Amino acid sequence: MKLELRGITKRFPGVIANRDVNLTIEPGEIHALLGENGAGKTTLMNVLFGLYQPDEGEILIDDKPVRFHDPGEAIAAGIGMVHQHFMLVPVFSVTENVMLGVESTRGPLQQRLDGPAARRRIVEISESHNLHVDPDALVEDLPVGVRQRVEIIKTLYRHSDLMVLDEPTAVLTPQEDEELFEIMRSLKASGTSIVFITHKLNEVLEIADRITVLRGGRVIGTTTPAEATEESLAAMMVGRPVSLIVEKDEAKPKDVVLEIDDLVVKDDRGHITVDGVDLEVRAGEIVAVAGVQGNGQTELVEAITGMRPVLAGTIKIAGDVVRLTPRSVLEAGVAHVPEDRLEDGCVPGFSIAENLVLNTYYRPPYSHGVQLDRDAIEASAAGLIKDFDVRTPSVFNRIGNLSGGNQQKVIIAREFSRPVKLLIAAQPTRGLDVGSIEYIHKRIVAKRDEGAAVLIVSTELDEVFALADRIAVMYQGKVVDILDPETATPQQLGLLMGGSRPVSIAEAEAAGELTHVVTTDV
Amino acid sequence: MSEPTPPQATPATPPPPPAPAKPAPASAQRAPAPAAPASASPGEPASLGQRIRGGARGLILPVLAIFSALVIGAIVIVLSDITFFDRLRADPGTALGAALDEVLGAYGALFTGSLGNPGTYAAAFASGDLEQITRAFTPISETLLAATPLLFTGLAVALGFQCGLFNIGAEGQLYLGAIFGTFVGFAFTGLPWFVHIPLAIGAGFLGGALWGFIPGLLKARTGAHEVIVTIMLNYIAFNLVNFILKVPGYQREGRSDPISKVTIDSSWYPPLVEGLRANWGFILGLVAALLVSWLLFRSTRGFEFRAVGLNPTAARYAGMSIATTTIVAMTLSGGLAGLAGTSIVLGVTHTLTFGISAGFGFDGIAIALMASSKPRGIIFASLLFGALRAGATPMQSITGIPIDLVVVIQALVIMFVAAPALVRGIYRIRVPEATGLETFSQGWRA
Repeated sequence: MKLELRGITKRFPGVIANRDVNLTIEPGEIHALLGENGAGKTTLMNVLFGLYQPDEGEILIDDKPVRFHDPGEAIAAGIGMVHQHFMLVPVFSVTENVMLGVESTRGPLQQRLDGPAARRRIVEISESHNLHVDPDALVEDLPVGVRQRVEIIKTLYRHSDLMVLDEPTAVLTPQEDEELFEIMRSLKASGTSIVFITHKLNEVLEIADRITVLRGGRVIGTTTPAEATEESLAAMMVGRPVSLIVEKDEAKPKDVVLEIDDLVVKDDRGHITVDGVDLEVRAGEIVAVAGVQGNGQTELVEAITGMRPVLAGTIKIAGDVVRLTPRSVLEAGVAHVPEDRLEDGCVPGFSIAENLVLNTYYRPPYSHGVQLDRDAIEASAAGLIKDFDVRTPSVFNRIGNLSGGNQQKVIIAREFSRPVKLLIAAQPTRGLDVGSIEYIHKRIVAKRDEGAAVLIVSTELDEVFALADRIAVMYQGKVVDILDPETATPQQLGLLMGGSRPVSIAEAEAAGELTHVVTTDV
Repeated sequence: MSEPTPPQATPATPPPPPAPAKPAPASAQRAPAPAAPASASPGEPASLGQRIRGGARGLILPVLAIFSALVIGAIVIVLSDITFFDRLRADPGTALGAALDEVLGAYGALFTGSLGNPGTYAAAFASGDLEQITRAFTPISETLLAATPLLFTGLAVALGFQCGLFNIGAEGQLYLGAIFGTFVGFAFTGLPWFVHIPLAIGAGFLGGALWGFIPGLLKARTGAHEVIVTIMLNYIAFNLVNFILKVPGYQREGRSDPISKVTIDSSWYPPLVEGLRANWGFILGLVAALLVSWLLFRSTRGFEFRAVGLNPTAARYAGMSIATTTIVAMTLSGGLAGLAGTSIVLGVTHTLTFGISAGFGFDGIAIALMASSKPRGIIFASLLFGALRAGATPMQSITGIPIDLVVVIQALVIMFVAAPALVRGIYRIRVPEATGLETFSQGWRA
């Protein structure tokens, strides 16, 4: 299918989200759509999908103008969308989820669901693109990467010739990324056009045929991976040259600020997910905990911040064994940027000013006794949004209405603006665009240079290598190794994260790839 | 919502001129800072003008909801006469004219019964007779009287909503407040009013607070859902009243029916104007609204309430205690509902019977919803519901249209308020960014 968006303009009160956007997707093409948060990618896709009506411009499919009034019409025309947040019923099987809304039926009154027929088609689709999805599995039992493939099957089941993938790799591990790219290539080979929305420049260069960059609602340009580099794409997105490498001096580690000794923690389901972790973080250094999602990093951070009970072991902050409640940890000088910023990091219904004092509201100068000092709160907020470059009309706007990058900047502003001994940041740049990532990385390094101990948790190898002075690799609840980012290679780290340490190290040493291994507590 | 008002002593004077004014006092004060629906359009900071416009936008939906409810109520009035269709077939013009008269008559009576009759006001002021002037204000007095307990229960439910708690138990808490307040009212003799009244108020608050503390504690400690616990506590409260009214020492001497002793007049709320039933209980309600507003939007405790209500996980990460916040919010909510109980006993009945609350606790839920749990809105919403209640009896006595119509209108208002999309659809209103109902929906979360 050939899709053409011609002169699309979409205005919202006070904002022009799309300005005269022209975009052509050729049949069987993987077309990457790049742009910062708020550049208008989502609006454009919502226009394409019939959720918004464009104020100007038209949509052409195979050179014929079409008009979609709702997603149903877009789907009928062969457009499929895989959202970042999956639209699946967890307690239904894969087959039930796929046929939901387009159920095959049989019987004299078409009153019975025809599961087997649907199942056969799902198996067909799955096999033709190597999706490896069990049609009878319950969605809730499937890992994230497989759920995403169920979404892909859903769109193929509805005969879509053009598929929109909205930040599909944001939720995937590096290994799953590769599998997804294989699937995308297979789809492309069968003639499906793909619109690939992402922030990650290396992925774009790897998989896309053509790349269109949006900024401020406008098309900045269309290019190809052959002509572009990560630097050139980043500059197009942000509008100025962006440094993708964090500039930082050698760390000067001082006293131990965080001392974790033989820590054991259970997750919500009662499984031991942190299993005897020893870790030290010193003032003036950044330690990155690297690992595939779900290997105990989340629970480790929750234990340190007092959100999760400690089963065994000790956590010392600045030499003291503190009572591990969120507030006493906070008052011991710990700043925490949580993993899930909307769920844990802020109150979306609160204003920016209120969110900036979310954990200090009860202390002077923000309150006196039981009374909040609104003037002090607002004055401080006005200063902080300037200092931390939060793009917002005013401090009274709800944080929930800001873009992801700006939300994260508010949280960073809150946590970084008070004197801290230990900074813990989990996935600090997840889902953010290059401009915001550059900014947040600089701030983290600045915090280190001020003398704070910094603990970063990240699943992004790039981020780990960019920030860390030491890398602690977590696998299945244990710190399996501590690496020096100067000498370690991404391959080596990837293998350790995947748990293949004993074999791989032997192999790697045999192959002479490893130059430096620090063995610690394993 | 349950039954109409208790004894309405004063009949309103007849001829009803149909001139319903708009019950829309557009208050353009400074909104309680950022917490107000500050959906300022991006581009420039939220100026005072924008905040006012934001406030006015907040009024559009309630006003249209009331209007829609009155329109449907009119249809109900017309159709409730089963001969209407026969007459329509025989002589459409006359039938429609009669229908219009009937509707205007009913709403006219409702209006004069709750706000007074312009003619009566004019005549009273012309006569210069103080007693006559006072009597002309009777409908307004009755409206304030009916609005008083609603103000307290509305605030009680709203406080819970703001903290993400759905307090269905205001009715039971009201009764507990009444039990405690009545006891102080009749048991302490020889106190001056300035000691006795605060003491009785304190006791009433305590009674309601106790009935709010229990579900709060259970939720915080065991996770028991407050909706279920408060519903069950309502039943316990109803039967507790029946029981206690039969206990010797509480029951009035020489009576076999469930009725308490008469409270001593030093505990009674003085009337606002001599000769009218409206009393200082309403002023106390306004003060309570101010205090709740301060608590929610100016105090550290209220900051915790709202943070926990909007996002408990983030509140926990920020070091707030969900358990403490839940318990305190439920206790205060119960205490406010308890004050509704004292406002009835000490302001109107001066004795406790089973019938003192005609569903005030449940109407409080509706009022909190209608006002999006904002104290200022609750003042207006409780006045509206008070007016409907006050006007219902005169409407029935004048036009023969049953009081139940008012209940229908109330229910319709709530329906339209609870379904903003419906009202927007009917009147083709563009969807604003913030509906102001977020707080409410939070209350439903398990």
